[in-house]
Amino acid sequence: MDLRFTDQELAFRDEVRTFFKENLPPAIREKLKEGRHTSKDELVEWTRILNKKGWAVSHWPREYGGTGWTPVQQYIFLDELQQAPAPSPLPFGVSMVGPVIYTFGSDAQKKQFLPRIANLDDWWCQGFSEPGAGSDLASLKTTAKRDGDHYVINGQKTWTTLAQHADWIFLLARTDPSAKKQEGISFILVNMKTPGITVRPIVTIDGGAEVNEVFFDDVRVPVENRVGEENKGWDYAKFLLGNERVGIARVGVSKERLRRIRELAAATTDHGRPLIELPRFREKLAAVEVELKALEMTQLRVVAAEAKRAKGKPDPASSILKIKGSEIQQATTELLMEVVGPYALPYRQEHEDEEGWNEPPIGPDWASTIAPTYFNTRKVSIYGGSNEIQKNIIAKAILGL
Amino acid sequence: MDFDFSEEQRLLKESVDRFIGDRYDFEQRKTFAKSDSGYAHENWKQFAELGLLAIPFAEEHGGFGGGPTETMIVMEAFGRGLVLEPYFSTVVLGGGLLRHAGSDAHKSEFIPKIASGDLRLAFAHGERQSRYDLADVEARAKKSGSGYLLEGEKSLVLNGDSADTLIVSARMSGDERDRSGIGLFLVDGNAKGVSRRGYPTQDGLRAAEISLSGVEVPVDRVLSEDGLPIIERVVDEAIAALAAEAVGAMAEMHALTVDYLKTRKQFGVAIGAFQALQHRAVDMFVALEQARSMAMFATMMSAEDDAEARSRATSAAKVQIGRSAKIVGQGAIQLHGGVGMTMELKVGHYFKRATMIDVLFGDADYHLARLAEAGSLAA
Repeated sequence: MDLRFTDQELAFRDEVRTFFKENLPPAIREKLKEGRHTSKDELVEWTRILNKKGWAVSHWPREYGGTGWTPVQQYIFLDELQQAPAPSPLPFGVSMVGPVIYTFGSDAQKKQFLPRIANLDDWWCQGFSEPGAGSDLASLKTTAKRDGDHYVINGQKTWTTLAQHADWIFLLARTDPSAKKQEGISFILVNMKTPGITVRPIVTIDGGAEVNEVFFDDVRVPVENRVGEENKGWDYAKFLLGNERVGIARVGVSKERLRRIRELAAATTDHGRPLIELPRFREKLAAVEVELKALEMTQLRVVAAEAKRAKGKPDPASSILKIKGSEIQQATTELLMEVVGPYALPYRQEHEDEEGWNEPPIGPDWASTIAPTYFNTRKVSIYGGSNEIQKNIIAKAILGL
Repeated sequence: MDFDFSEEQRLLKESVDRFIGDRYDFEQRKTFAKSDSGYAHENWKQFAELGLLAIPFAEEHGGFGGGPTETMIVMEAFGRGLVLEPYFSTVVLGGGLLRHAGSDAHKSEFIPKIASGDLRLAFAHGERQSRYDLADVEARAKKSGSGYLLEGEKSLVLNGDSADTLIVSARMSGDERDRSGIGLFLVDGNAKGVSRRGYPTQDGLRAAEISLSGVEVPVDRVLSEDGLPIIERVVDEAIAALAAEAVGAMAEMHALTVDYLKTRKQFGVAIGAFQALQHRAVDMFVALEQARSMAMFATMMSAEDDAEARSRATSAAKVQIGRSAKIVGQGAIQLHGGVGMTMELKVGHYFKRATMIDVLFGDADYHLARLAEAGSLAA
């Protein structure tokens, strides 16, 4: 047992760190540090920098543009990316639909879509959730009715992240309405420019509009846009949901956030002293650091085990990563709220943070994103299978209850 | 990065697991506890035969040449077995002080006796006023002829009643809480002027209050004249070992609880069918795995030479262990219901041991404050 990184792993970490330092556009780094959202153009710019280096789809098989890195290297890459802080490549393409296409898709689909995902030529969004199907995903109602060599899609998807930028959506739709719940579902790729699609923003409690409702009204899609077999979509969806495990804990994001909390707490005074010197505050910060260190070690244990496990079989222990990872992310936003104090109050529209806005900030210039980040981060224990669902998974799959 | 055990470590784990499985069930343990020393001498001989008593010592002194990982393997198994024998006092604490402070002559004299099972040690350090402050030593060592005379009161000395040799800390110079001037002395347990009052502890182990009154120590029995850095280092190693023991106890508590949820029926179903109880069992599982991760981290860092980095890591682990032990231990009793409250059932004994581990060498709050004071864990 030797839990230290090997010399090769350390050299790899330095290589990645140096690359991010030299190639991440400073404006993007600043935005992420301040908790602001990057624009579509900025994510495209950054993805193309990564893709040119061969790192945009690092975890894909080599034949489709992946790197062949070990699980430990993948972990190091992600950890450094999150700590830089740099934007993660758009997950809906690289982590969700991409692996489904190269695993179950036709040759034509692989050729058409995979290189464009890696280069972010196509912006993908995810059409799984519906108004009546949240944690109980298989109760979805959207239908795809066969009409010659087309499907005609009708229904509504919701919580569709960044659909306002999307060129394509992958969705689950019912192709056999008479079949049992999990059967009769197909996995279909739909061009967002097809007539009959309407995207409507959902404004979330932080004031942002990163999620949307997407309506399908007699949308005609060629049959060749179905992935794999008809009525087998649930299997592909399960594969997709079990796939994105490394990085779910977002340890690097929380590490970076804790560093920022230290900086800001050193620059904030309380009774004439830097807040960071208050024992009560330091203990809260230390408590989160302990939790995060434990999570990092747990994550590394899962990564090390992953190297030895059969492909495509997610480790149920990764549910721990989701639960603790989300709790810690939320704890960091609570600490930020404590640092900003009363200057959490002023509300500033997000577009006011864009360039060209000349109004002076109210309070510290970093204050305006703190409360929205706190509100927005409540989502992390809800999406991707709420933490209560994760507990059900552990109870069943690990404890056998 | 590698989480796997080496072939030798795997064999060690197999042999100590087998020992706990075959010879240390709950009923056997009750009979071991009835002896005067509070444990079975027969087991101690077995430990010697299995080579467990030689683990952390260098081969040149008759040791096994093992490191923190080997100690972790043994202590975790002992946690599962609720082992009563003074392994922690003799090998981890006493042995640690000998390894880090002893001269070649000390090591050659004492280590072979430890390895053969003929020498049990206890570390007489804590005092009535010292609580968790390792530098708080009032006991005095006065120069007398070519040696020293020890005066003072030592408290909560683990296995102090049955130890053959005590390692006593006493102030050679300075004031009560000065960092320098603390000496370490090897004292025969039956030496003139040593009086020991042994008693049982909450977790079924034993400790002693020890009075030192004009105890003569020849100069060749001085282990260190500047003992605090060594004490701190050994306590860091000891906390890593206790963390592993706590993980063993927590894992067993969790397994017993999950079994109980599957077998205990109420309202016509196994109570494990109820989601409220499932989620509590999952909270225990998450706490257990986080503790296991930090026990590994503490084990890795206990070999670190940078004292500050080592101390921060140790504190972080102790915080996690203490907090996890509460979640797992209280949950185990709650989910067992009334029977969990009985002395007859094993689960409560694990709870008591895990709770006592929290108050050894600084509880979770103490270490959180220490970590906060020291700055960032990441630094």
